[in-house]
Amino acid sequence: MSIAAKEAGARQDSDVVLRYLRPHVKFPNMWCPGCGNGVVATSLIRAIDKLGIPRDNVVLVSGIGCSSRMPVYLDFQALHTTHGRALAFATGVKFSRPDLKVIVITGDGDCLSIGGNHLIHACRRNIDITTILINNYIYGMTGGQTSPTTPAGAHATTTPFGNTEKQFEACDLARGAGASFIARTTVYHTTQMDRLIMEAIQHRGFSLVEVISNCHTYYGRLNRVGQATQLLRMFQEKASTQPKDPNMVDEDSKDMIQTGIIHRDTEKTELCDEYQKLTDSLAKGKSS
Amino acid sequence: MPPGKRQLVMGNMACMRGAIYAGMRFYAGYPITPSTEIAEGCARELPKLGGRFIQMEDEIASISAVIGAAVAGSKAMTATSGPGYSLMQENIGYAYMIEAPCVVVNVQRGGPSTGLPTKVSQSDTMQVRWGTHGDYTAIAVAPSTVEDTFTETIRAFNLAERFRTPVTILLDEVIGHMQEMVSFPEPGECEVVDRTRPTCVPSAYMAYGPTKNCVNPMPVYGQGYRWYATGLTHDGYGFPTDKPDEVVGKLDKLRNKIEHYESEICKVRAEYMDDAEIVLVSYGSVSRTALQVAKLARGAGVKVGFIQLQTVWPFPLKQLRELLGNAKHVIVAELNMGQIVGEVERIVQSGTRVHSLLRYDGDIFTPMQFLAKIEEVRK
Repeated sequence: MSIAAKEAGARQDSDVVLRYLRPHVKFPNMWCPGCGNGVVATSLIRAIDKLGIPRDNVVLVSGIGCSSRMPVYLDFQALHTTHGRALAFATGVKFSRPDLKVIVITGDGDCLSIGGNHLIHACRRNIDITTILINNYIYGMTGGQTSPTTPAGAHATTTPFGNTEKQFEACDLARGAGASFIARTTVYHTTQMDRLIMEAIQHRGFSLVEVISNCHTYYGRLNRVGQATQLLRMFQEKASTQPKDPNMVDEDSKDMIQTGIIHRDTEKTELCDEYQKLTDSLAKGKSS
Repeated sequence: MPPGKRQLVMGNMACMRGAIYAGMRFYAGYPITPSTEIAEGCARELPKLGGRFIQMEDEIASISAVIGAAVAGSKAMTATSGPGYSLMQENIGYAYMIEAPCVVVNVQRGGPSTGLPTKVSQSDTMQVRWGTHGDYTAIAVAPSTVEDTFTETIRAFNLAERFRTPVTILLDEVIGHMQEMVSFPEPGECEVVDRTRPTCVPSAYMAYGPTKNCVNPMPVYGQGYRWYATGLTHDGYGFPTDKPDEVVGKLDKLRNKIEHYESEICKVRAEYMDDAEIVLVSYGSVSRTALQVAKLARGAGVKVGFIQLQTVWPFPLKQLRELLGNAKHVIVAELNMGQIVGEVERIVQSGTRVHSLLRYDGDIFTPMQFLAKIEEVRK
């Protein structure tokens, strides 16, 4: 591709993104320069645009944290809720209005710590909600505290001598709880991210896309792993579409990030469909 | 059950049927004594009406789902008791902030903590008013009969829709589990209020813009009005702000939309008040005993009056100030260690003495307790 063609492509891409930003909100956004949240936001916009979903059919629901601020910038119906509860609110929206596309934007603290109970039950119900979990291994908004995904030994302001706890694997957790579409990507892999978010939105049932992201401001600084670019380089090097070695024989395998679709079950029944069948059969029973 | 007939029903069932009459088609809840029959009733009835019932993983999730359904366009409700009501507090505050109309039923039992799950109490009266953090104004109704429970549930929904705010129905274990005859009205007999919808073009819509009565029209999700709801203090469009004038504007709006319409919200029942020297003030199930005692006392020639707070919050201070103007003694009876009595003390004239009649052992008042208190006050 020529440079001119590439530039034209990039212009077209940014035109698409601009069409979905809110007219009344003042930019620049509140995120640190180089933050992965913006990368995810633009990927989500491209996915919705490519799928041709009517803008008014989309509802974005989020909780509290850096990533949960995303819906304020995007011009969709938005519900910015309380810490950890986005999925419970989203369940109310979707279960009462199955015609809407409900997308939850959440972070590792919001979704896996305070909101862990709602995550497993949303997975169990297999309700048709797409959850984009931006995992940066740390609490950013409150200033760098440890989260359920902070690796063992890693430093945070509340683990000043290194983390003595174990981490959650969000995708394994979702799988065990019954989610029917699970994928992982990183903010380095934007083309893959676009594709995975599109597939997750199209999937009928509960879908989780975990996006590994960089918090260079806190995680990077406290663990001396560098700036945004170094963290992106790390994601590039560690990502693999191959599953992890279950026996962990290979030392490198421990740190690798498995990307792509991790689990997909298209047979599993979805909550709203099942309840609709119930109300239909009760209505039929009444009329006969 | 067909409408329009006199039937023997439980208070919790009357609450469920009142909600359905008012148009409630979404219920999310979590089992807890003594409120569970409301959930069970909704699980049975709502799917028959094309509505939605969901048992959530806890009370926090229940109120979250209710608010989600409410903003998406449904009339939504949850029911719980003390411990669950405590768990819901943060998100009830969220509903105040984003101005989401919804109804929360609290069938009160003894507390604190797990307390007395199967025994009656009125010890959540102040939690309704001050339970969630921050400044706000609450609406709460307190029925005293099973029939009241039906009509006050409709009124709770009407107030929630009219003022775009969460409304609490303060039931208690006695009313919730009591069975009484109720005449259920036909559809159309009782007024049912729905939230107003915006009529402007979507691009001109301001979710919290200036209005005459402080209440904004509320769109249904998916119709082009892409408003932003956040628990952060927000401007007229709903976007986060910390500008002092916008912060004050928002908090004043939350207060004014209720306080300026107190006469529309506050409902007080007064009996034997013309020449009353000793006035019994009560609410909820206690009002049943109090009314009986007032009758008995009048029969014995003692000038006892009766006031029932059918709306507990906002506290009906104008009506009470008027009614209590000539009273020598006011006896405030509650099944707690003294909660609403402080509100009464704040509003009476200097010539009126306020007394507290309290019971917090999990049982109901006997008429004898009231009569003994009246004797004590007269001395």
